[in-house]
Amino acid sequence: MELLEALILRNLPFLAGGAIIGVAASLLLWVNGRIAGISGIIGGLLDPTTNRETWRIAFTLGLVTAGIIALILKPTSLGLPPENRSIGTLGFAGLLIGLGTGFSQGCTSGHGICGLARLSLRSLIATLTFMVAGIVTATAYVHFGAAN
Amino acid sequence: MNSVFAYLVGVLFGWGLVVAQMTDPQKIIAFLEIGPHWSENLIFVMGGALTVTLMTFRLILRQSRPILDQSFHLPEPKRVGGRLVLGALLFGVGWGLSGYCPGPLVIGLVSLKPPPWICFSFFIVGLWIARKLSIPRNTQAE
Repeated sequence: MELLEALILRNLPFLAGGAIIGVAASLLLWVNGRIAGISGIIGGLLDPTTNRETWRIAFTLGLVTAGIIALILKPTSLGLPPENRSIGTLGFAGLLIGLGTGFSQGCTSGHGICGLARLSLRSLIATLTFMVAGIVTATAYVHFGAAN
Repeated sequence: MNSVFAYLVGVLFGWGLVVAQMTDPQKIIAFLEIGPHWSENLIFVMGGALTVTLMTFRLILRQSRPILDQSFHLPEPKRVGGRLVLGALLFGVGWGLSGYCPGPLVIGLVSLKPPPWICFSFFIVGLWIARKLSIPRNTQAE
């Protein structure tokens, strides 16, 4: 029991941040009727036929605003990838993130938070898949990726 | 009105990511990389978010419509297929390589440093390609 308490205490910022994300996703669904999936929101902006959807731009600008606030109040919260990740690796990673979230129609927020909350089987499978793929990739990178 | 609210929610969502330290790719890597420095942080972020959404989404979706729109815009139920699994797999690899997922990546842009900008540019290219390839097939199915 004490171990559990220590575990939760140590992870309080993560738990609190997660809860804020959950509240934000709830508000967007309740008020706007929209799923807070970042790849979907940004993906919609790339589609020229999507008109009168200024809410997508507004939400994205909101994210940027949060970043600016963080930059002013606590610049260290905006970190960079580990230094062993070259620019080429990051470009390649970006391409995979775009292709992957485009094909599976969701990312950590859309599938991981909103989809799971709707008990969607697709989201459960997607979340398990990207979690395992992420863990295998990051863990393998330490051992084999130094040459990149 | 719709967009004003979406903006405010975007700020809150982004602030949640900042508080959860998900805007630091090294924190993500610390969870994804199994080793002596492993951190359980992401389990608690997801746990915190899901504790809220598992309760609220059920209540919200019981309403006939959202407050500021005629109907809820939910993804249409689609089958679990190769495209879903392949996509999640590619995303996971990109996530593990960079420590970025789309939300924190957008927020990271404000640092004006090259890593997030390079990653974001290629993210947009990939997303555009995937949507280009996906749309004809979807319309065919309908």
